[in-house]
Amino acid sequence: MSALRVPVAPARAATPVQGIMVRVMLALVPATGFGLLLFGWPALYLFATTVLSALLFEAVCLRLSAKPVAPYLQDGSALLTGWLLALSLPPWAPWWLGAAGSALAIVVGKQVYGGIGQNLFNPAMFARVALLVSFPLEMTRWVNPAPPFSEHAPGPLEALGMTFGQAAAIDGVTSATLIGYVKTELSQGRPLSEALASGQFGLGAAWLGWIPGSLGETSAVLVAGGGLWLIRQRVIGWHIPASLLATVAALATIFHLIDGERYLGPLWHLASGGVMLAAFFIATDYVTSPSSPRGQLLFGAGCGLVIFVIRTFGGFPEGVGFAVLLMNALTPVIDYYVRPRIYGRDAKGRPLKLPEDKR
Amino acid sequence: MAFPGFKLTWQGRRKIKGGVHLESRKEFTADKPIVSDLLLPERLYLPLQQHAGQPAEPVVRVGDKVLKGQLLAAGQGSISAPVHASTSGTIVALEDFPAPHPSALPAPTFILEPDGEDRWVELGPEADPFGLAPEDICARVDAAGIVGMGGAAFPAAIKLSLGRRTRIRTLLINGGECEPYLSCDDRLMRERAAGIVDGIRIMLHSLGCRHAIVAVEDNKPAALAAMLEAARPHGFIEVAAVPSLYPMGWDKNLIRYLTGKEVPANGRSADVGVLLHNVQTAYAVQQAVRFGRPLIRRVVTVSGGAVAAPRNLEAPLGTLLSELLAYCGHRPDRTVRYVMGGPMMGDRLPHPHVPLIKGACGILALSAGEIQAEDAKPCIRCSRCVTACPVGLLPLEMMSRIRTGQTDAAVGFGLEDCIRCGSCSYVCPSRIPLVHYFKYGQGELMARREAQRKTEETNRLAAEKQRRLERTRQEAAQRKAQAQAAASGGAP
Repeated sequence: MSALRVPVAPARAATPVQGIMVRVMLALVPATGFGLLLFGWPALYLFATTVLSALLFEAVCLRLSAKPVAPYLQDGSALLTGWLLALSLPPWAPWWLGAAGSALAIVVGKQVYGGIGQNLFNPAMFARVALLVSFPLEMTRWVNPAPPFSEHAPGPLEALGMTFGQAAAIDGVTSATLIGYVKTELSQGRPLSEALASGQFGLGAAWLGWIPGSLGETSAVLVAGGGLWLIRQRVIGWHIPASLLATVAALATIFHLIDGERYLGPLWHLASGGVMLAAFFIATDYVTSPSSPRGQLLFGAGCGLVIFVIRTFGGFPEGVGFAVLLMNALTPVIDYYVRPRIYGRDAKGRPLKLPEDKR
Repeated sequence: MAFPGFKLTWQGRRKIKGGVHLESRKEFTADKPIVSDLLLPERLYLPLQQHAGQPAEPVVRVGDKVLKGQLLAAGQGSISAPVHASTSGTIVALEDFPAPHPSALPAPTFILEPDGEDRWVELGPEADPFGLAPEDICARVDAAGIVGMGGAAFPAAIKLSLGRRTRIRTLLINGGECEPYLSCDDRLMRERAAGIVDGIRIMLHSLGCRHAIVAVEDNKPAALAAMLEAARPHGFIEVAAVPSLYPMGWDKNLIRYLTGKEVPANGRSADVGVLLHNVQTAYAVQQAVRFGRPLIRRVVTVSGGAVAAPRNLEAPLGTLLSELLAYCGHRPDRTVRYVMGGPMMGDRLPHPHVPLIKGACGILALSAGEIQAEDAKPCIRCSRCVTACPVGLLPLEMMSRIRTGQTDAAVGFGLEDCIRCGSCSYVCPSRIPLVHYFKYGQGELMARREAQRKTEETNRLAAEKQRRLERTRQEAAQRKAQAQAAASGGAP
């Protein structure tokens, strides 16, 4: 029996890797387009910088590790990593934040582990958390929606200066995200109903995405729509998104019922921050999530739990990045202990008992 | 699908795991009748080993004239099957000839030159099978050299005789034929349903069992209808449509789907009261028990993109595959791969100059567009292989361990439970030949076990020799002592 024969199987059976990546990107297009529209030229420059530098770092690393550059670049994974990272950045962040993020994601988060398929952590989330810890100010400078040609929107040239030069963001458009705002208000002793009433936040706007937030995370509806399409396309499974969202929703409901003046309700939680993006696009990353369906349910629930705990009790307003990284670290453990049951064996791998009367 | 007035049961209430939807590619051959009137080739090549177990022991000599159906080699040992002459003629040689195996290494083979008369040996008396004792049926099946004709080639008589040791509640007849291209079972069911049903009744009689289910994939409506029609007078034979989901024909999948039972990992299907036989085996049993005809021909699908006129042929065993391919318009220049069996689980052959054997259900000459030739890329852990695996394994984890030489770790992930169906390789978007890693890993385990067995055997023999030497020495010493005692005692 030879070791590595070419498989005796009909051709053109499976979706190649590239097709998978292309469909994930297609699913991201609505949310990305909306984000670019919402935040205008600076967002577009940041997006382009982040994605292009991700490709550049990938190419350099492939070259250094003596792998063929073009075929590996064409798998689309570096492009997707840069894309997801850009979506999780503040839309008017300076160019170096995106470039540094891409370097962290591609070089430290992916290539030092051995490249595609080998990394322990989701590269985009690894970079996001590293940036958040290193540059807390730049990473939490949010702006109100300012579509091109609106009152506060910078023009293309002005935006060039903001993204690539020293020009500061125009005053009056900086803002806070909902969960950040609520956290501050609660720490000042104001009850939730009062805080929400005086803030400019509406639940409908939060779901649609007409709110301050990361470049591509604001519109829960568009992100979720793309994610549901991916499930329909069988690119991702339903297990991780379902268990993640259900866990966040369940915990939020319980705490909201206990004290409605302290804890945000589930609809607010699901519409805010990066929960939707994480549920459908980040936590479902093949490489860094468990491979068995039950393991995936556990993984999603774990992400949801940590997200809720950090948001509600932690020092950071948003917990998505930390939650995903923590669960990434647990993935090998989950894969080791949570496996599908093998035919003819019990859950622990012992052979099933023979029916008594047959022996 | 509805067949009013027919008894069609859908018992599949138990969910089966995994599986993949394959392109069936059966349309090339499925609608053409079986061709039985092939001209005899100039020579037939009959290997002594066409079955699982020990090779058969020759009972005729080179130069002997033999008749069609005459015994050439008898089964030897506990698991074996005899070999018969496929036609009348002269045995011109018994020599090593390439075997239909991935290595095509030569194996002992009778070479028979037909005399063109195709004259039958005097067959055993035709008998009413239902007047025979179960033991006699088993004996006839054994004497006819019948083996599992779905590919495994396990001697059928041994499985049938299980009925006397274990209570068999259901006889499952596998007409699933889930591999692409193959349609020989489909054609046989359409054309010879009555013979198959008769064979099933004979097997039931020999097993002392009162229930049979014929499983046919729902992509073969004509075969289903034919089997329903033939089984209608016999209330205890059910015909069940099963979903066309590869590997539906895996015996344990069928058992789980149709009876809801799960065979324990260290057990056999008989342990849950089920016995499985292929439809073509059932037909061969009928021919053997009712008419005394040994297994000397079989229906085989000849197909593939490099075959101009693909067909099902009923060919004498021992015909060279190259001749069967040539009959169907083989284009060697367009062939990039030869396969015996189905494309998923069959054996890749280096060349087609090997004989047709009892377990060969397909001969494929595949062209470049039909096979997977892309280079493997790194695993992205997408877990499609996990979803596809019908056994419930984690192929990606097993692969990464075997690749780094950690066979034992792969065993911990269920390497020994892998049935090598190839579903994982088929769905892999990185085109990783996963199943080859597992075949390699299982081969390694087998080699290791064999080496261990040999070491133990050597140690045992060495210890035995040591004991024997010791005993001889002691006996010699004793004799010497006795002799001395006798000598001293005898002296005054």
